[in-house]
Amino acid sequence: MSALVEIRGVTKTYRRGGEAIEVLHGVDLDIPRGDFVALMGPSGSGKTTLLNLIGGLDTPTAGSITVDGERIDQLSSGELSRWRAANVGFVFQFYNLLPVLSAQRNVELPLLLTRLGAAERRRHAEIALTLVGLRDRARHKPRELSGGQEQRVAIARAIVSDPTLLVCDEPTGDLDRATAREIMRLLQMLNHDHGKTIVMVTHDPKAAEFARRALYLDKGTLAASSGGAGGP
Amino acid sequence: MKFLPLLWAQLFRRKARTVLTLLSILVAFLLFGLLQAVQIAFESGADAADARRLLTTARYSIIEPLPLGYRSRIERVPGVVAVANADWFGAKYQNESNAFPVFAVDPGRYLDMYPEFTIAPAHREAFVTTRTGAVAGQRLADRYGWRVGQKLPIASEIHAKTDGSLSWEFDLVGIFDAEDPTVRGNTDMVLINVAHFDEARQLGRGTTGWYIVRIADSEQGKAISADIDRQFMNSPDETKTQPEKEFAIGFARQIGDVGALVTRILLAVFFTILILTGNTMAQAVRERVPELAILKTLGFSDRAVTLLVLGEALLLLVLGGAAGMAAAVSLMPMLNGATGGRFPPLFVAGETWLLAAGVALVLALVIGLPPALRVHRLRIVDALAGHR
Repeated sequence: MSALVEIRGVTKTYRRGGEAIEVLHGVDLDIPRGDFVALMGPSGSGKTTLLNLIGGLDTPTAGSITVDGERIDQLSSGELSRWRAANVGFVFQFYNLLPVLSAQRNVELPLLLTRLGAAERRRHAEIALTLVGLRDRARHKPRELSGGQEQRVAIARAIVSDPTLLVCDEPTGDLDRATAREIMRLLQMLNHDHGKTIVMVTHDPKAAEFARRALYLDKGTLAASSGGAGGP
Repeated sequence: MKFLPLLWAQLFRRKARTVLTLLSILVAFLLFGLLQAVQIAFESGADAADARRLLTTARYSIIEPLPLGYRSRIERVPGVVAVANADWFGAKYQNESNAFPVFAVDPGRYLDMYPEFTIAPAHREAFVTTRTGAVAGQRLADRYGWRVGQKLPIASEIHAKTDGSLSWEFDLVGIFDAEDPTVRGNTDMVLINVAHFDEARQLGRGTTGWYIVRIADSEQGKAISADIDRQFMNSPDETKTQPEKEFAIGFARQIGDVGALVTRILLAVFFTILILTGNTMAQAVRERVPELAILKTLGFSDRAVTLLVLGEALLLLVLGGAAGMAAAVSLMPMLNGATGGRFPPLFVAGETWLLAAGVALVLALVIGLPPALRVHRLRIVDALAGHR
């Protein structure tokens, strides 16, 4: 597999009250196209920081990040927004759906940035909701859905614009064991059947088992990697 | 337009708060619509003024009469095209509270001077040829149910007949009106034929209250006014000539500077709205910081999210403002009915709608800009940090 994500010598430093805190220290990493990577490690190890950098939510202090041949660390804020809209889907621990919108409208949100007309947007959202098994809940507001259903809607929103890369931050962190397995199976299906490259931060070894491989971060450095089972 | 459902949903996130805010904006724009209508009504005299008309009154007081002989001398002043004269009669009809203006005029000259008044040719002819004739404004005739051909018994406030009586009787020979609503506000009056009036009055024969002067070139108004006044300088009856608009503004300001009063009230109202709505808007955006960060995460640019917040403020002001203006329009018939036609007609003019749109836009910008700029500066990772 060719590398979709190439990270070279990435350092990230935050300033807190005049003090510089280096969270990542010269990280090098290749993520091949079609990979499903679980990023693991203790709290404060820099997992989420690395995920934010890969997803273009933040920029590195030093080093380079290339995704699908594009140096995203050199993009301006506006360019990075456009890049995210076209290339990355995001899934969060607490779903982060807009409570005032129905599931359908939440899924349609990324498509508002495209040239698609209303009917096309609706059709794309219906396909995405069908893929996650929630077409019959399209008109429901997030508060009318269970946690697992909300996360499915969030996944539908993440894939509706057909991005290459899915970035997931603790996608099962707020779910019970059974629901978590359903969500992980869904992500695995998107990786296996639809070729999505997935980078997932998780504390949960059970969730990590669904990934093709797991990477361990410790104190801002990639400590080790292991081949995942690719799914129990 | 595709963002409208999103804006709408965000705006009505907390329905009670939004409805209350909308109500306060509605009331502000209702006041705006009503007060603007009052101001326009007050200024209708000035607005209806013709730049080519001058008014010549006694120099020191409008109630001092001028000799009727001045007319021919004014007509000879270069630049003067026509001259008409009018005298204040003042009147009460049936009882003390039914007061309205009555002017004694030379019918032909006066109606020629005011072509904005519309009158049927037969009515005009009857007015010119009937010495005891009178014509009434349409609104006034409607108010009292007058019909052409009837006797019009009115009591003058100041002019007694030769027998000492203040009760006069005229023949209503015509009705006049105006198409322009601003001018129509000035038709709540009765015109009587000065020929009969001057002959039948006890005092002041051979005099008139003021002259209305039509000039060929409005640019020459000041110069011609000075020329007219120079004619009568150092005479027992010196004159003061000024453009009709200046006269109307000065006359209206005898009551008070309604424009300044209205402006001050509206400034206070809109300042209150600015504080109230600005606070509500800031609070609403503060509550939604994580959601706005999500929009940025999904690829909405800083500019797009900023415009969404500004759009929300604009939608709020447009909804409340339009409802307020519509309420003002719907109240006009009731208010016009309540004044019984004693006040110039109140209406929401097109320019008031434009002004309201401008005010709504400015308020939306002032209210929406602080939270919008805050959202513009929002860093996604910081906003999401406490929410992940």
